[in-house]
Amino acid sequence: MKITLTVNDEVHPLEVEPRRVLADVLREDCRLTGTHLGCEHGVCGACTVLVDGRAVRSCLMLAVQCDGRSVRTVEGLRGPGGEPHPLQRAFSAEHALQCGFCTPGFLMVAAGALAADPTIGEDPDRVRALVESNICRCTGYEPIRRAIVRGSCPGSVA
Amino acid sequence: MKPARFEYTAPRTVPEALAALADTGRDVRVLAGGQSLLLEMRLQRLRPDLLVDINRIAGLDRLGVDDGMVEVGALVRHEVFDSPWAVPGPLGTLLSLAAPNIAHPPIRALGTMVGSLAWAHPASEWCAIAAALDAVIRLRGPEGAREVPARDWFRGPFETARRPGELLTSVRLPLLGEGTGVGFIEHRRTHFSFAQVGVAAALTVRDGVVVEARIGLANCADRPVRARAAEQALVGAEIGSTLFARAGRVAADQDAAPLAEPYADVEYRRHAIAVLVGRTLRQAAEGARQ
Ligand SMILES: Cc1cc2nc3c(=O)[nH]c(=O)nc-3n(C[C@H](O)[C@H](O)[C@H](O)COP(=O)(O)OP(=O)(O)OC[C@H]3O[C@@H](n4cnc5c(N)ncnc54)[C@H](O)[C@@H]3O)c2cc1C
Ligand code: FES
Ligand code: FES
Repeated sequence: MKITLTVNDEVHPLEVEPRRVLADVLREDCRLTGTHLGCEHGVCGACTVLVDGRAVRSCLMLAVQCDGRSVRTVEGLRGPGGEPHPLQRAFSAEHALQCGFCTPGFLMVAAGALAADPTIGEDPDRVRALVESNICRCTGYEPIRRAIVRGSCPGSVA
Repeated sequence: MKPARFEYTAPRTVPEALAALADTGRDVRVLAGGQSLLLEMRLQRLRPDLLVDINRIAGLDRLGVDDGMVEVGALVRHEVFDSPWAVPGPLGTLLSLAAPNIAHPPIRALGTMVGSLAWAHPASEWCAIAAALDAVIRLRGPEGAREVPARDWFRGPFETARRPGELLTSVRLPLLGEGTGVGFIEHRRTHFSFAQVGVAAALTVRDGVVVEARIGLANCADRPVRARAAEQALVGAEIGSTLFARAGRVAADQDAAPLAEPYADVEYRRHAIAVLVGRTLRQAAEGARQ
């Protein structure tokens, strides 16, 4: 099937089989391997990307479902001059990653929540609920919570 | 694993979707949120021939209130109910107590309430609430439109009264009168697990006496259960901890028919049901007094 995905503001005309999930098409056809695949069952969240601004599991969505839609992956988080997103700087500052396998997923779930509501970092319960969406086997989550709070405060020097 | 090959169509209208679903010689399935279906296809427990993606049909995302009922269209996502103000009155509160128990935000952004009723997982929170409130499922199919009350809908694990070729278009739930108290509590092993036991309750109390009680149980049998024996034990009685504990015992012994699971044998589950029903009733009674 012919589809068009706008990935990180770049238009990708693609020919894909309906059975291929968004994550595989992003990685293999668009060559954007920042989106990771862990469980492929919707549980771990490593594959989280934004589709039309909302965080979804790209392992549980077909690429053909996204025809004509806009997708943002971790590669598209950086600013126009290539500078890291405030969340990316905060993750680095707070040591919110060790092996880094889970990081793209956490960044995207946080970026989606932050775009929907810039005040999310002010409410520890909401940050905790958000972090519960994904699995990290290294950090113990606390640094990830701190990084999301730090990255979401305007003017914080991360 | 990757899903097996299938054909895909994304109709723009309900009649187009029904035309695609009419192909009953093959395994044709509706794709709504995909948060159960695509997982089953990845595990290759399901290998449909054709997917009818309803996500581009305008109007199915309608959430409307009329006649003391809320009507939830087939594309209204779980996440809508995270907010207690999405639906007025005590029903809105009940749905918002239950919603955070369903998976996590990115799954709730896609999964639908109606999809949960179509899938009929015995542990589904929405299915337990539908059973408690005797929700009405609305369908359209080759023989026209029809409605099925929840008491006739659930036939077993993943089994419903849906006929081949039918599309669920919406579900209707009663708003519950002001002064009705609601509760929802569940127990599960980890945040990512399905409920080991889930309980939904709505209580109407007048002068300290229960005048109406509705209790729904998730994962307490091979299908969602409305705990009618426990409800009967409550109506006409004075509220209090002993009453709620007794009703919990009745629900566990008479209404539930729990099956053994790897981490929860039948005895453990009956115990958990009795405790959680009592707790949920207490939560509902607090709301009813306010
Ligand atoms: C990690 C994870 C955790 C989860 N945890 C929970 C949980 O705790 N509790 C819970 O209840 N669910 C849970 N789910 C499942 C999730 O809630 C699903 O969204 C829900 O079960 C199905 O809704 P859907 O819209 O995604 O339906 P789909 O996956 O698209 O469809 C499911 C089935 O219903 C049929 N169907 C759907 N809509 C219609 C319709 N309108 N007409 C006819 N047939 C239809 C489909 O053909 C398919 O057979 C979890 C899922 C994941 C991946
Ligand atoms: S790979 Fe998608 S949630 Fe784990
Ligand atoms: S940093 Fe290793 S899994 Fe999270």
